[in-house]
Amino acid sequence: MSEPLLDVRDLRVSFRTRNGKVAAVDGISFQVGDGEVVGLVGESGSGKSVSMLSVLRLIDNPNCVVEGEVLFKGRDLLTMSDAEMRKIRGDEIAMIFQDPMTALTPVYTAGWHISEQIRAHEKVSKQAAMDRAVQLLDSVGIPNAKERVNSYPHEFSGGMRQRVVIAMALSCSPSLLIADEPTTALDVTIQAQILELLQNLQSEFGSSIVLITHDMGVVSQVSDRVMVMYGGRLVESGPRRDVMRDPLHPYTWGLMGSIPPTDGTRAPRLATIPGAPISATDADRDRCLFAPRCRFASDSCRPTPPLVMHTPGHLDACVLPLVERPERRREALTPVEVTL
Amino acid sequence: MTHPTQDALIANRGEAPVLLEARNVVKHFPIRTPQGKQQVQAVDGVSLKVRAGETLGLVGESGCGKSTFGRCLVRLLDVTSGQVFYDGEDITAMSRKDLRKRRMDFQMVFQDPYASLNPRRRAAATVEEPMRTHGLGTDAEIKQKAIELLSVVGFDESFANRYPHEFSGGQRQRLGIARALALQPRLLIADEPVSALDVSIQAQVLNLLADLQDDNKLTYVFIAHDLAVVHHISDRIGVMYLGELVELGESTALYNNPRHPYTEALLSAIPVIDTEAEVRERIVLTGDLPSPINKPPGCAFAARCRYVQDVCIKEKPLLQIQSDGREVACHFPVGT
Repeated sequence: MSEPLLDVRDLRVSFRTRNGKVAAVDGISFQVGDGEVVGLVGESGSGKSVSMLSVLRLIDNPNCVVEGEVLFKGRDLLTMSDAEMRKIRGDEIAMIFQDPMTALTPVYTAGWHISEQIRAHEKVSKQAAMDRAVQLLDSVGIPNAKERVNSYPHEFSGGMRQRVVIAMALSCSPSLLIADEPTTALDVTIQAQILELLQNLQSEFGSSIVLITHDMGVVSQVSDRVMVMYGGRLVESGPRRDVMRDPLHPYTWGLMGSIPPTDGTRAPRLATIPGAPISATDADRDRCLFAPRCRFASDSCRPTPPLVMHTPGHLDACVLPLVERPERRREALTPVEVTL
Repeated sequence: MTHPTQDALIANRGEAPVLLEARNVVKHFPIRTPQGKQQVQAVDGVSLKVRAGETLGLVGESGCGKSTFGRCLVRLLDVTSGQVFYDGEDITAMSRKDLRKRRMDFQMVFQDPYASLNPRRRAAATVEEPMRTHGLGTDAEIKQKAIELLSVVGFDESFANRYPHEFSGGQRQRLGIARALALQPRLLIADEPVSALDVSIQAQVLNLLADLQDDNKLTYVFIAHDLAVVHHISDRIGVMYLGELVELGESTALYNNPRHPYTEALLSAIPVIDTEAEVRERIVLTGDLPSPINKPPGCAFAARCRYVQDVCIKEKPLLQIQSDGREVACHFPVGT
């Protein structure tokens, strides 16, 4: 395999708090290839957003410590000067945020947002940048782009606003697009539109995409590869098909079992994950972090099980013997009475 | 006083009695615009019946009026016109005093577990308040009952003296459910009770709601935008679009065989986990929900419908019962 576009090595993000150092991201390593769509799944607080924000060095907090290496096209983003980083951000790596309302400045027009970004990275005239903005709005499916370019954020609906944000992100044809829950704030019909748009744009522009989401369904729909995070660590990662059809980690089973079946049958109860997601302040970290919520937990969940590759590209961090997994998975997906 | 449930009972022999009935409920909000005074037609003539013990799901996109309709059902909003009958009594015509007493029977669970709890009130006090308001027992009895209710939703006594900020989102939602149960209601209106929660927590709350229904013979009106969740929990589903009911039917039948083009599109938009199962055709709707201020004269969905014909733009289709009992408001129902 040639050099990956993004190579994250042992990334650790921690915050100094009153209660000591808290690890939000606890040593994750992964790669994103050219033109690849990687889905990063996990519950709130699993560290998925923080890890990608720190890749872009967008965490502006003096109490935040980022360690590890983030190699983008072979260069380490974490040791770069601010000026160099600013050149890459928005130009080669762009980001789409969850909430399209707060991602846009209410006092400027859609066209201003896009042309500002173009002019920050390229020497073009205002008029030329504005023309590009119109084209971009058109390509993300905003009807009547020529007039809408002068509209303010509040004049757009949620889905349309997200399109403006996507147009901004695409304005410099980035080679990597990080989309942080781009459809979570949207209705399901609008979500379908945006996902389709992202797929079309991906094939058109050839950008790699890292899609952060908590929705297994969304990941399944668009990504080539899936990574599942829990408590700041990767617990499973692999090609979409393998992870969706043959998930290995009990946490992944739980995530899938929590979703109501979509095949038209109705189950009286859902298989769920008992308890609440692990808190980042939990000091007991030399173990599988999912163990307290896992019904298959045993003494061997300590120390931390490593990520092990089982089939090409499909890794998981669980100590259950591989031969027992299918049986265990069936068990896990059978709902039981759970005490809350 | 009329008793509309009677004829319904006769019409549906063998089925549970109707507990809640909405008749042509309309809710318009007046607004001022540069064009003068206008009306936001949030709910535009919705009629439906909810039988005792069943779960009726209401689904639709944001802005379709499902929450407004839910609030009208418990008269948190006064209707512009139409009636809501609870157990045969018209609650839209009741005096405030009578309504207050009647409300013991129907309670609401709200969407946002952060905004719907008083941040300065401890968990036990939150659950006790409705019982105190209605004078249900002595102080000691009420306190005892509150502890019991908290344990029903999975909290031990150590949680009783905590404040809302000490609870996670899912825990707060359970607290909201305990409060709603304090008056031993027969009907719960749940407005997007799980949409603010993580999937694993969402599943826990859905299971809790199912258990409570079994144990307490509750009737639910479950409002949500996620059709998979609504299908999971509901016996019947009503699909709303732009303030109107466009389809109503038995849950699994509607899910597997949608008749209204909007329901069909809504279903196809649900992201499906890639298993060996057959993938349904995806219909991606173009455009957004039209404005509820100047509603089109014909079918509200016509502008986004892939089967649209001339008549749809001119004539509004009415909700009609099909041969299989499904109710659809469409000139050309799917699959006929």
